[in-house]
Amino acid sequence: MIELRNLAKSYDGQSAAVAGLNLTIATGEFLALVGPSGCGKTTALSMINRLEDPSDGAVFIDGSDTRGCDAVALRRRIGFVFQDIGLFPHMTVAENAGVVLHILGENRESIDSRVNELLALVRLPPETFRNRFPADISGGQRQRVGVARALAARPAIVLMDEPFGAIDPLARDRLAADYRKIHNSLGLTTVLVTHDMTEAILLADRIALMREGRLVQVGSPHELFSSPADDFVRAMMDTPRRRATALAATMAQA
Amino acid sequence: MSAGGAFAAAFADLPEYLGWHVVLSVTAVLLGISLSVPIAIASLRSPLLRGTALGLASVIQTIPGLALLALFYPLLLALSGFTRAAFGFGFGALGFLPALAALTLYSMLPILRNTIAGIQSVDPAAKRAARGIGMSDGQLLRLVELPLALPIIIAGIRTAATWVVGTATLSTPVGQTSLGNYIFAGLQTENWVFVLFGCIAAAALALVIDRLIALAERGVARRSPSFLIAAAAGLVIVVGASVLPLLANVATQPIVIGTKSFDEQYILGALIEQRLGAAGFPATRRDGLGSTVIFDALSSGEIDVYVDYSGTLWADEMKRQDVPGRRVVIDQMCRWLYSTRHIHCIGPLGFENAYAFAMRRDRAQALGIRSLADLSRLAPHLKIGGDYEIFSRPEWRAVRRAYGLSFAVERQYQANFLYRAVASGDVDVISAFSSDGRIRQYDLKLLGDPKGALPPYDAILLVSRTHASDAALIAALKPLVGAIDLGTMQRANLMVDRSTDKLTPEHVASMLNARISGIHR
Repeated sequence: MIELRNLAKSYDGQSAAVAGLNLTIATGEFLALVGPSGCGKTTALSMINRLEDPSDGAVFIDGSDTRGCDAVALRRRIGFVFQDIGLFPHMTVAENAGVVLHILGENRESIDSRVNELLALVRLPPETFRNRFPADISGGQRQRVGVARALAARPAIVLMDEPFGAIDPLARDRLAADYRKIHNSLGLTTVLVTHDMTEAILLADRIALMREGRLVQVGSPHELFSSPADDFVRAMMDTPRRRATALAATMAQA
Repeated sequence: MSAGGAFAAAFADLPEYLGWHVVLSVTAVLLGISLSVPIAIASLRSPLLRGTALGLASVIQTIPGLALLALFYPLLLALSGFTRAAFGFGFGALGFLPALAALTLYSMLPILRNTIAGIQSVDPAAKRAARGIGMSDGQLLRLVELPLALPIIIAGIRTAATWVVGTATLSTPVGQTSLGNYIFAGLQTENWVFVLFGCIAAAALALVIDRLIALAERGVARRSPSFLIAAAAGLVIVVGASVLPLLANVATQPIVIGTKSFDEQYILGALIEQRLGAAGFPATRRDGLGSTVIFDALSSGEIDVYVDYSGTLWADEMKRQDVPGRRVVIDQMCRWLYSTRHIHCIGPLGFENAYAFAMRRDRAQALGIRSLADLSRLAPHLKIGGDYEIFSRPEWRAVRRAYGLSFAVERQYQANFLYRAVASGDVDVISAFSSDGRIRQYDLKLLGDPKGALPPYDAILLVSRTHASDAALIAALKPLVGAIDLGTMQRANLMVDRSTDKLTPEHVASMLNARISGIHR
């Protein structure tokens, strides 16, 4: 269970990027943190594994205050998938996938066999992909390695920052669906940051909608549809249907 | 000496010169790497340190290599004096250490700059990911930043290595044997085969080392261990092959003979070496030392024997401006050398190599000039040429004061070009050296010094305190005292200086030695 208690972040001299965020994410839950660009959702996500430290408030994981943990040790316990993927270009696919185990000091044989499992899990046949370099594989394949890297140390929690944004649409949908299956089968707790409401509705159990550093409404996609807190929520939740209607009309004319 | 003979003579010295050159350059670059990379890493988080380190390294780069090397000698000498006083031990301030210190500093700028630039150019996404998955600062540096910056760092090392191999040729004047010995000796004796040989050998060495590092660079880029192994093996072979001939000489403790950087000194150095060799003393030479470096080196016992000139020490070391007679200067100087430095005078060789002023004979006749006194009226219309030292020396001040000289133009020349400049009429008067063979060659007139403004410059054989009471060594050198008159030395110098039918200093020395041994037999 992840609890954000009155979480706030402001950079010196600027207005708050995140202000008074209170949110509880249950174990096993898939939560999407959604909002327009600059609403503070990535900052909020980065404070969960202390990639950034809060200006005020705190994050509790399974009841313990993360301010009391060593930040580096905390990050090793939590998987993180990055928007720009961030694979290390000088390492092979296998080295990238196993890097967290390497920095944890595991021995070579156990890293090797774990990497094979991980690559199979993200559907990259190990014998084909192990020794390739990031520059030699497609964007979708790269982010599959990114997911494998995040899962290597068997974390209970995975944080994803716009993970599918940089990938072509077909590969994106396949990877998103694959990841949701992995989430279910491993019993993960996932926090996904996205600005794509369709993606959030299709993947997440609950959606937390943010605007200008504040939480506007939290609930299941159905709740946000049926009883939106304000016009912003209504407009955001209506985006997929509005686009589908426009698309259907265009197709009908053709 | 034919070009082929000069080439053979140059080739005979190659193992020693190349060996030292490689040892010096490789040590300097390795030291440069081990200093620059940590400083660059430390400076990543401190803009102040980064600015300071890069600024200092750039300033060092603007100091001419020759000056930087020369500066380290007095610096280390003072430091050695301090450690000897404070902790009871000193170290050799001549040769390897000053050359190494200067070259190490020289190598630092490109390595420092490229390490900083390389690490700063690492993709921010990779760095954020590294932190996000839980790398510590050290792991980020070791696993991500340094490997990604490595090609740029190695490119910096290549630049540094090329610079250092080139600049190491300038370490000869501080007493470090290198391929520069060919160049300095060749320039002084107008032996262009030697100069070219030194330049080409240094260039070839720079090229080989550059190619080997390039091989390592490619190995890193392709992550191919075989390239890295090949590069490392190549470096080991180059260094090993160069060092082996040096190791052969390490066991013996030879007598070290110093020479200044002109032909007469090379001849006398070779002469001393031959006499010591014949008496069973192994000897080595430190050729082409700077004028003050050589005296400090004898005082501190880093060299054992050399020939200096009475007037030089009289003016430079004793700071005397009076000019008593030739014999008085020698006696007072030898007493002073023994009481202040425990340096032993074996005795004067019999000739003077004095500062003298010379003109073309026809030009002097046309202007009616016979001595310096005749110059005072005409000097404002005349041009004078001098070597690099004369215009800042006390002798020049004394001459100017005594005769009221003020020339229209003062020009400085390297010794070879000085005599040519007066012969061709580019200048009217030059500061010459009285024993120089070229005075005969160009038929120059030496101007008299009726007021006695210039001290005498007897060539005197000096021995360091370490060997001051070594009777066998002194007996081997004693026959040189009084054995060389001015005409003999001028002719000997000319055999080395002249542009056709040149002889090596060693050859001329053996001719002199045969004559001296004949006299004493």
